[in-house]
Amino acid sequence: MAEDKGKGLQSALRRRLLMGLAGAPAIALMPRMSFAAGPATSAVNTTGLAVTDTEVTVGILHSATGTMAISETGSIQAEKLAISQINEAGGVLGRKIKIIQEDGASDWPTFAEKAKKLLVNDHCAAVMGCWTSASRKAALPVFEQYNGLLYYPTFYEGLEQSKNVFYTGQEATQQILAGLNWVHKEKGGDSFFFIGSDYIWPRTSNKIARKHVENVLKGKVVGEEYFPLGHTQFNSVINKIKLTKPKVIFADVVGGSNVAFYKQLKAAGIDLSKQILLTISVTEDEIDGIGGDNIAGAYSCMKYFQSIENENNKAFVAAFKKMWGEKTVIGDVTQAAYLGPHLWKMACEKAGSFDVDKVVAASPGLEYKDAPEGYVRVDPNHHLWSKTRVGKALPDGQFEIVYTSPELIKPDPFPKGYQ
Amino acid sequence: MTRSTPKTIVNDNPFMKPMEWVSLALLVGVIFILLPMLLDAFRLNLVGKYLTYSFVALGLVICWGFGGILSLGQGVFFGLGGYLMAMYLKLEASSVENTKIQSTPGIPDFMDWNQITELPWFWKPFTSLPFTLIAVLVVPAFFAFVIGTAMFRRRVGGTYFAIITQAIAAILTILIVGQQGYTGGINGITDLRTLHGWDIRTDSAHNILYFVNAGLLVACILFAQAVKKSKLGRILLAMRDKEDRVRFSGYQVASFKTFAFCLAAVFAAIGGAMFTLQVGFMSPSFVGIVPSIEMVIYAAVGGRLSLFGAVWGTLLVNWAKTTFSESFPELWLFGLGGLFILVVLAFPNGLAGIYRTYVEPRLTRRVKALEPAPAVALSHAAE
Amino acid sequence: MFGDYSLGDLGAIFAMQGFAGLILFSVYVLMALGLAIIFGQMGVINMAHGEFMILGAYMTYLCSNFFQTQLPALFPAYFFIAMALAFLASGALGMLVEWALIRHLYKRPLDTLLATWGLSLILQQAYRSIFGAREVGVELPSWLIGSVQVTDTIEIPINGMFVMAITTLITVGVALLMYRSRFGAQVRAVVQNRAMAGAVGIDTERVDRLTFGLGCGIAGIAGSAFTMVGSTGPTSGQLYIVDTFLIVVFGGAASLLGTIASAFSISQTQSTLEFFLSGSTAKVLTLLAVVGILMLRPQGLFTLKVRR
Repeated sequence: MAEDKGKGLQSALRRRLLMGLAGAPAIALMPRMSFAAGPATSAVNTTGLAVTDTEVTVGILHSATGTMAISETGSIQAEKLAISQINEAGGVLGRKIKIIQEDGASDWPTFAEKAKKLLVNDHCAAVMGCWTSASRKAALPVFEQYNGLLYYPTFYEGLEQSKNVFYTGQEATQQILAGLNWVHKEKGGDSFFFIGSDYIWPRTSNKIARKHVENVLKGKVVGEEYFPLGHTQFNSVINKIKLTKPKVIFADVVGGSNVAFYKQLKAAGIDLSKQILLTISVTEDEIDGIGGDNIAGAYSCMKYFQSIENENNKAFVAAFKKMWGEKTVIGDVTQAAYLGPHLWKMACEKAGSFDVDKVVAASPGLEYKDAPEGYVRVDPNHHLWSKTRVGKALPDGQFEIVYTSPELIKPDPFPKGYQ
Repeated sequence: MTRSTPKTIVNDNPFMKPMEWVSLALLVGVIFILLPMLLDAFRLNLVGKYLTYSFVALGLVICWGFGGILSLGQGVFFGLGGYLMAMYLKLEASSVENTKIQSTPGIPDFMDWNQITELPWFWKPFTSLPFTLIAVLVVPAFFAFVIGTAMFRRRVGGTYFAIITQAIAAILTILIVGQQGYTGGINGITDLRTLHGWDIRTDSAHNILYFVNAGLLVACILFAQAVKKSKLGRILLAMRDKEDRVRFSGYQVASFKTFAFCLAAVFAAIGGAMFTLQVGFMSPSFVGIVPSIEMVIYAAVGGRLSLFGAVWGTLLVNWAKTTFSESFPELWLFGLGGLFILVVLAFPNGLAGIYRTYVEPRLTRRVKALEPAPAVALSHAAE
Repeated sequence: MFGDYSLGDLGAIFAMQGFAGLILFSVYVLMALGLAIIFGQMGVINMAHGEFMILGAYMTYLCSNFFQTQLPALFPAYFFIAMALAFLASGALGMLVEWALIRHLYKRPLDTLLATWGLSLILQQAYRSIFGAREVGVELPSWLIGSVQVTDTIEIPINGMFVMAITTLITVGVALLMYRSRFGAQVRAVVQNRAMAGAVGIDTERVDRLTFGLGCGIAGIAGSAFTMVGSTGPTSGQLYIVDTFLIVVFGGAASLLGTIASAFSISQTQSTLEFFLSGSTAKVLTLLAVVGILMLRPQGLFTLKVRR
């Protein structure tokens, strides 16, 4: 562009304005000599990433403000915890991770904007971030255009696979099918009432669930209802549920609506110890707002619960609470966000490089044996093989795990027969 | 509202007063020369995005500042323009070749996920670029015409109009999010690539689009200035101050209001279309109440009576937003909220008011000292 | 859809559906009452109304925590204290805001919209900084939870009835205050003719402040009551704002009776549509109907005949 037009006075002015406008962008990162503990910088970084002899820059891109801050805070905390643990253990390829955190402000173009900043200005070797599908969809073209690397933590509707993204949460079939099978087999669930917030994730999830109920389980769906995001009045639909008497309520309501739904369900006299309710949108985080008493007895279908009994998880929960306070709870997505930096580190070390193409190439087949949720493996389709668990909500806000799928479940973002 | 009534009606009514030419030159200088020179491609693209919002603010100056009609639903028109443009771009990005992995190749990916096997009828014309460009202008205008006629005929005004437009914004958002098979739902229409074969994602394309956008903006400002200077503009002002008198003088007040509202809608739609081109996607989060109100704030900060102020206000607020939310995300909302209150309480005429009270008199004195010949008519009433 | 059900079942469902409509009605009235006073009587467009409600909700949250840890014996009764505190807190904040902000803007009603929008942003961020970004769970005393079994098949939620009772009490209270007390007469005098009211010796500034405070206080009570049925978070207040304004406008701004009638018709439409159609569609249709009717009848359902 107009790079070399401004001289003299203009360039002085230009510098001042730049400082004011942009903050001085970190340039001058070219290494002179190599004192690094790991391999030489020129060897591990051939694509101009922000890697020095002692540091490698990683971006965190979540909403710290706005309506989504409620959900995304846990992910930020988990990613920071993972990175600090990696740094304590010596970093990645002998380099400490330096974090640049950007705020997506619950605004999708801002995500695209900040993703671009992290890649173009800051040359981040990887970015941990995005939460809602909308923010990922907005940022995705940026990651593909500038060949960045994104670790995306949320369970989501699937129907996507990008060479520049690793999905550390479950796609829809991984989350839903095993849970439906369980409720069918163990609880005799044969009639279902679907209720969800009106947007893409619940609609896609319910579509998959409906196909599975009708074609595989040979049950029937007696109702399917969607409410606008933020809707707070559910008494009418609760009456409809009472009228249709489904064996199972299958709920994927989100956000503030979630809280209202469970409070009103309880108030309407639907006793969750008798009425089976299977949800895919309630983790420990959500129960904080709903209130444990209001949802006790509901079944939630996730890959991770804070109450998983194993040594890795105990250590993870203890470290998380030590860093972020005794009262914090850890939900499914928080754990998935914790996997991101670790998977990236393992991929870098396997590749012997920070270059995005090499890291991507090294990732399929990676095994993370010490994950809090247990063993996970990266599939060539960039999603994770993981187990599905069903937890029963307890009044104290934790889940009692009542079912764990015996095998790892294959991620299948474009499920045949479910579309 | 506090405003001065015209002291004199200047007979020789020039298109722009000298100081307005200076303002225009300043604006053109900054957005065409200064910013492109100072900013890297990334920041310039950001400014380009902000400038698309200033189209909306410009429209608000006309319908709110001049016409006295506050619309809290300008996001609707911004969104319409953006979505119409996005439909064209999406169809181009969804060529049979690009989408061959889908069960129905050749339709947008989100339709395929929603089991739609054929392009809906209202999408079909959007394979044509000329049709799209016309639709971007006509559809929002028509929409505004329907809303405007229905309401202004019945003399809905002021706060009622504001609240009803707000409800319309809410309805449209719910519809777009709910009808995801046809609209892309909450994710919006994403992954837009080319405009008539021209890749809009490259830095050079962003640069060109920036200048196209800036050029359109200046054209809109000049058009708005022409409206303001015409008889129509004066009737608008008169209507805002004493609606009944204008009505009793035999003017169709409703038609003038509808016109102002339609013009604002068209401006907003142009902004929306340029937004889609520069940002590369469109989503319902620009249609709803929050963005609509934010855009009113841009106009208020700039000065609701000043066409140039609308642009400066938009740039200032967004620059502050980006800077503060980068450095102090926690404090940003305090700052933004405080700014609204400050502007409303202390500077009801915004930046333009500050400029006119403190800067312009001095400038004028300088100008007068330099060339004593022309007597500059200092009638601030119209501005 | 009703072919498979017995007459008794259907009767029970319709009875419960009727109650669902009534509960929604009460919720709407409670939401709108404060705004009807502020917007209807004073002409102030208070976009921060939702945030005043959430202040009440947070007061309830604090109260429930306090009683749980300090005075567990009194926990069953804490809700009444919480509502009183919510009223006081929101009312006090409202009076402060009136003094600092609103009183400068009475001549510019559209500007109150911008200023209070700014205020709502500030309040949201304040809640976020103080209480955290996550929603908080408010523990309810056990007697408020669950439902009353009227017959074998008819169950009525207790908290719904509680909301109905509170709404009735407050509405009657407000009506008495506005139409049967000296203060109410002053408020109405100021609304109708500020200058003349001042001239006959009414302290209009004081009346304005108290009216605004009263409206905000009622919002606080509403927020407190809604902890039983809704969520409490920094941005929860925004969920209510569009509905609330529509109800007030639809009712005809200057009329309490209008607000009640409008809340009734909107709530019944919505709850019936929700039952027979799906949720999103019901919401869109209700909003469209309201906007459509407002276009035909912009004064709302009930209006004061004022010469302009």
